[in-house]
Amino acid sequence: MTNAQNDVLVLGDIEFSSRLFTGTGKFASRDLITPMLEASGSQMITVALRRVDSSEKGDNILNYIPKTVTLLPNTSGARTAQEAVRIARIAREAGCGNFIKIEVITDMQYLLPDNHETLLATEILAKEGFVVLPYMMPDITVTKQLYNAGAAAVMPLGSPIGTNRGLEMKPMIKMIIETSKIPVVVDAGIGRPSQAAEAMEMGADAVLVNTAIATAADPVLAGKAFSYAVKAGRMAYLSSLAETKMQASASSPLTGFLRD
Amino acid sequence: MQINLNGKNMESNCRTLMDLVIEQQLDTMSLVAELNFKIIKQAEWNDTLIKEGDTIELLSFVGGG
Repeated sequence: MTNAQNDVLVLGDIEFSSRLFTGTGKFASRDLITPMLEASGSQMITVALRRVDSSEKGDNILNYIPKTVTLLPNTSGARTAQEAVRIARIAREAGCGNFIKIEVITDMQYLLPDNHETLLATEILAKEGFVVLPYMMPDITVTKQLYNAGAAAVMPLGSPIGTNRGLEMKPMIKMIIETSKIPVVVDAGIGRPSQAAEAMEMGADAVLVNTAIATAADPVLAGKAFSYAVKAGRMAYLSSLAETKMQASASSPLTGFLRD
Repeated sequence: MQINLNGKNMESNCRTLMDLVIEQQLDTMSLVAELNFKIIKQAEWNDTLIKEGDTIELLSFVGGG
């Protein structure tokens, strides 16, 4: 029997029992973040770094995130490895741990990540002791290179950020899951709990969902729905479901009463 | 004196980085300062003098995915 009870994901020196990572972007009100975290059970949440806006006095986003939840600052806005490194160092100086989601984007139409710059930034930041989670275009070779560079996990996109289109990159992600030596977190594009479950069934180690939860009419309920989906998908993966078949196979006896 | 704060040129009479943060009435939780692209630790803000032409960035966390 597979023990799903002690099934934890270890990143850096932290054990995550929830495999649903969430984000703080796009919420209609920051007041929704705390109840969403409670309802979803998510233990890691992304934040971004920006110049302070003195008009937002006293409304620090950190006030809405319980201390038990690990912060995953991202490097959004970075277009080069050097910019990502600069943002990461600033984020660490903010005193909320050493996790960093590297996000280097030069394609402003589809917001697809630049794997080359992402790899360069990973090499630098992993050496500096960061727990590096690079957001990446699904690519097996780059996955190996990111592993060699010291990434703690890889975060291939399911589909472009904020599109809710699900696992358009499914065949590539599947290959990454099969071959990666580090955890695979499917990030971006997951729009429905069924898509999150699908990623987990395939063997993804976790999923990161922001837009789908934050922009639902009821983000707290959506967070809960995603939580169940991720758990169901994970359990299905651990249960090693049987393969699909072309021919039917009866679930009940067809003989022994009306027929011999 | 003229400084550049968060991308904007402005006049300032603040002597130290801490004076500037106080003048701007900023929440210091998770606030990070860069002076001429070098991170200055919060503990050093009191002793960090601002001079004419300095470029200062004050950053903190916001919502993001």
